Amino acid sequence: MDDLWCVAVAIFQLWVFVVVFFIMFPAMFGLSLGVTGVYIQILVKILEWATVRIQRGRQEQSSVPVPLHTGIIERASGSMQEQMGQLRRSQPTAAGEFCLSDAMYFCKKGLESIVDDQVTQLFSSEELASWNLLTRTNQNFYYISLRLTIIWGLGVFVRYCILFPLRIALAIIGLSWLVIGTTVVGFLPECSVKNWLSELVHLTCYRICARGLSATIHYHNKENRPKKGGICVANHTTPIDVVILANDGCYAMVGQIHGGLMGVIQRSMVRSCPHVWFERSEMKDRHTVTSRLRDHIAAKTKLPILIFPEGTCVNNTSVMMFKKGSFEIEGTIYPVAIKYDPRFGDAFWNSSKYNMVSYLLRMMTSWAIVVNVWYLPPMTIQDGEDAAQFANRVKSAIAHQGGLLDLSWDGELKRGKVKDSLKEEQQKIYSKIIVGQNGIAPPETCSQRKEDQ
Amino acid sequence: MGSRASTLLREEEIDEIKKETGFSHSQITRLYSRFTSLDKGENGTLSREDFQRIPELAINPLGDRIINAFFPEGEDQVNFKGFMRTLAHFRPIEDNEKNKNPPPNEPLNSRTNKLLFAFRLYDLDRDDKISRDELLQVLRMMVGVNISDDQLGSIADRTIQEADTNGDNCISFQEFMKVLEKVDVEQKMSIRFLH
Repeated sequence: MDDLWCVAVAIFQLWVFVVVFFIMFPAMFGLSLGVTGVYIQILVKILEWATVRIQRGRQEQSSVPVPLHTGIIERASGSMQEQMGQLRRSQPTAAGEFCLSDAMYFCKKGLESIVDDQVTQLFSSEELASWNLLTRTNQNFYYISLRLTIIWGLGVFVRYCILFPLRIALAIIGLSWLVIGTTVVGFLPECSVKNWLSELVHLTCYRICARGLSATIHYHNKENRPKKGGICVANHTTPIDVVILANDGCYAMVGQIHGGLMGVIQRSMVRSCPHVWFERSEMKDRHTVTSRLRDHIAAKTKLPILIFPEGTCVNNTSVMMFKKGSFEIEGTIYPVAIKYDPRFGDAFWNSSKYNMVSYLLRMMTSWAIVVNVWYLPPMTIQDGEDAAQFANRVKSAIAHQGGLLDLSWDGELKRGKVKDSLKEEQQKIYSKIIVGQNGIAPPETCSQRKEDQ
Repeated sequence: MGSRASTLLREEEIDEIKKETGFSHSQITRLYSRFTSLDKGENGTLSREDFQRIPELAINPLGDRIINAFFPEGEDQVNFKGFMRTLAHFRPIEDNEKNKNPPPNEPLNSRTNKLLFAFRLYDLDRDDKISRDELLQVLRMMVGVNISDDQLGSIADRTIQEADTNGDNCISFQEFMKVLEKVDVEQKMSIRFLH
């Protein structure tokens, strides 16, 4: 019995040794032993093989469901004016007047949105083109062939029994390092050494945490990295976005003070480095928020502020409306596009379905996080442009670079209802059509109509 | 989600829906997964609130009328079959369906049924007639506050005048069909469902 115990202790010691010396220390100095790279390459090979197997399985058995990623319908395109114009062309009614068939336009639009709408999908996980050997994804095929089942089983073992404990250990080390480190640095007097140490603590912590998620991050166009005194805006998929970005530089974070574990981390971080945390009550007062951010930027030596202007996590297929608040502050905007590779694990945090801890557990039992980060050239507000237009311009740039869909819907829709003003806008467009302020029917249809009558 | 959805939907049910609505097997399973994702109460039926939660529908001026079309008189829940039956009105009319001898029951996506669907958007009290008052109410939904009562009143009067042939100051379904005789209803009331 004692022997067994000794062996167990020895194994544990060896494991800790490996974790500390082969993962943690290289991570702290930003070195890589290339293990993650090899692991990702093997994964890609396995996933490719699984895709081929599933396709073959589909040909043999008709009961295997077809992937859903093709969508349900093909939508009619064109503005209300164009489509209404088409609808009327065939009908003997004066241009710029009401006709009974007009309801069909709204009817078709409405039915299309019932069958398939852009917004509600953004708050559920992205659908994959092929199965990634995780049963939690929207389709799973581990029953197709024996070999596929074995590979899937091996995957479960590797993910839960080897990777998971390792990642938990790294996450705990990383977070306690952050809390202890920032608290200690916080006692130092204000000087350049303090800033330097604070950045070091942050950077090393995030690097360890990134290892804890087996994150492989590809940074593009590093010359555009956010500089001090600027605002970095990025699209938001998950709280991990912060870890991803902070692996390559330090940011001052803006956000609400949370309770629990997050609160402890936030409070210790602010001691060493000027993050901008708000109490819940302060957050509602837009003016306070803006003025505190403006002060931060005015001191050109402070770290760039990191803001996610969508205000909510989106499933990484699209970019939603950017709130204009952060674009009202006169400063240079450094846009950043973040795109996760969905094959290795779903990075989207569906906050209405999972709480923070269960989300992190899911992430730690996924294959890995592979993510591309693009730094875009800095942007400033142009003459004659208001904050909302500027926000849209930045959003389009991010969407274009990250290969994401550029949408104008408000992220608030995740929780709240649509604003009435959007419906009123539709009504206004339609009113213009029927009272004929801008005649929609081209002249030739008018003459046709006369012949009809 | 997709796999869970297809296990909950039995083969017999799929066949039944297929026969009634003309949707294909894969269309039915896909629409079922859409149905379950809309079903926030997770009780196998949709309520009016479930529909209203779709932002694009909530901004549709006729959104409430369209939602109403899914609910039979006096009911406030619709199950998957009922959901599919309503959607079936919007299947395109396929060429082979046109040429075939008329089936015993008229298919849900026939021109007449499509027109009836549009007609019922206006027919608020379901008495198979569109009165001036009903037309005014629906017009108001479509234009909001942008057009004055007088102007809208004259639009309604003119519309009824043009359509009404028997002089009862209402638009019957027959009259409605006559007005929309030349409209490409087959296309305007169809959604391109992917296979």
